[in-house]
Amino acid sequence: MIISIASGKGGTGKTTVATNLALSLEGVQLIDCDVEEPNANIFLNAPIHERKEISVDIPKIDKTLCDFCGKCSEFCMYNALAVVPTDILVFPELCHSCGGCKLVCPWNAISWDKRVVGLIEHGMADGLDFYHGLLNVGEIQAIPVIKALKRRITRDKRVILDAPPGTSCPVIEAVNGSDYCILVTEPTPFGLHDLKLAVEVIRYLKIPFGVIINRDGIGYRKVEDYCQKEKIPILMKIPHSEKIANLYSNGIPFVTELPEWRQRFCDLFNKIQAEVKK
Amino acid sequence: MSQMRSTHDKSIKKIKKKWGNITKVNEMKICITSTGKNLDAQIDPRFGRCAYFLFINTDDMNVEAISNESALAMGGAGIQAAQRVAQQKAKCIITGNIGPNAFQTLKAANIEVITGVSGRVKDAVEQYKADNLKKTESATVDSHFGRDDKKAVNGGKRQ
Repeated sequence: MIISIASGKGGTGKTTVATNLALSLEGVQLIDCDVEEPNANIFLNAPIHERKEISVDIPKIDKTLCDFCGKCSEFCMYNALAVVPTDILVFPELCHSCGGCKLVCPWNAISWDKRVVGLIEHGMADGLDFYHGLLNVGEIQAIPVIKALKRRITRDKRVILDAPPGTSCPVIEAVNGSDYCILVTEPTPFGLHDLKLAVEVIRYLKIPFGVIINRDGIGYRKVEDYCQKEKIPILMKIPHSEKIANLYSNGIPFVTELPEWRQRFCDLFNKIQAEVKK
Repeated sequence: MSQMRSTHDKSIKKIKKKWGNITKVNEMKICITSTGKNLDAQIDPRFGRCAYFLFINTDDMNVEAISNESALAMGGAGIQAAQRVAQQKAKCIITGNIGPNAFQTLKAANIEVITGVSGRVKDAVEQYKADNLKKTESATVDSHFGRDDKKAVNGGKRQ
C-alpha cells in the first residue's frame, strides 16, 4: 500500500507525520520525494550506502546536418531550442526531455546527450527502508528525480511518500498512483487556503484522502468547519505543544519520546488501510 | 559526395525560402520594445515580455507594430521573442533590460543589443540616429526578470 503525504502550504508538518508514522510501523519503505529540500533524514539519520546519479536526455544538434529550418524550435513549447538564420542554440535547463524535437527534425540532426540533474540515495535505519532524492542546486527539473525515486517503490511494503509542498507538477508526480493521501495542514488562514488548493488536486487525481491538523488548538476553527462541510475526514490532530516543538527542533521524531503516539499512528494506519480496502 | 552536395543545396534553398536572403540584414530596420503601438509610446523596459515590438525603418520612420505573443509564455519568453526579432531581420534591438538567454539568442543572430534606454520610442530613434546609444556586450538582468511586473516596469507605464 502506498500512502502519500502532501500539504499545500509548506511547513505544516508533512515530514513530521511521515517520519513518525514510518517509525510507528513495521515493514516500511519511506521515500522523501521533496527533492528540492529533502529533510526526512534529519530525523532518521539513516546511513547512506547507495547513491545513483539521475540524468535526463537533452538534444544535441549536429550542425553539419541542420539547415536551421526551425521546426524543432517551433515544436518546443518550453523554448529550449532557438533557431536564428545561421545558428541553432540549445538551452538545456529549459528542456523537459519530451523527445519531440528529434521526431520533427527532417534531417535527423538531433541525437541525445545526458545531463545530470540530481541523485537519489538509499539507506536503512532500524529496518526502515529509506530513500530520498537530491536535486542539484539551481536545477528546476524535479520530476525526473522523483520518477527515479518512485521506480524504487517496493509494492509489498508499507510505502510512505513524503511529497513536496505546493500543488505544482512535482507534487502531482509524487502523489499520483498512491492508494491514499494524507493532507497535513495547520489551523491558520494560510493553512486553510492552501489546503483547499491541495484538496482540488487530490480530488482531480481521484485519490482517497483525509486531513491531519498539526499545531491543533491555536484558536482558528475554520479548517475543521471546512472539512466538515466538505465531508473530509480529520484523521488526527497533533496538538500545538512545546514538547513536540522542542523535539522537532532537536531533530528527534516525537514518537521516540512520547510512546503513546506510536499507538495513535498505528491506529491511523489501520484506519487508512480499512478505508483503502473498502 | 554528389548526394551530399544536393542535400546541401536543398537546405540552402530552404533557408532562403524561410529567411529570405540571410546574408543581408535590413540596415535601416531597428526594433524597439514598446508599451504601445506608435512612436509616442513609452519604451517597455522588458524584452521577452514586452507588450509590442516596434520595427522602425530609420530612413522613412515607417513603423510596424507586432504584438508580443511571447509575453505570456510559461518559460523562455526571451528566447522566443529573440527568434521573432531575428525573423524580421532587424539590425538592432533597443530595450530596457535583457536576460541571458535572450541575449545569447540575439547574439547568435548577429543582432546588436542596446539596453538601458527609457522614455518615448520616438526619442530613442533620434538618439540612435545621432549615434548616442552604446551597444551592450552582456545580459543586464537574470532570467525571469520580466515576470515580476512591479520590479520590471519602473519607468514605463503600461498602456
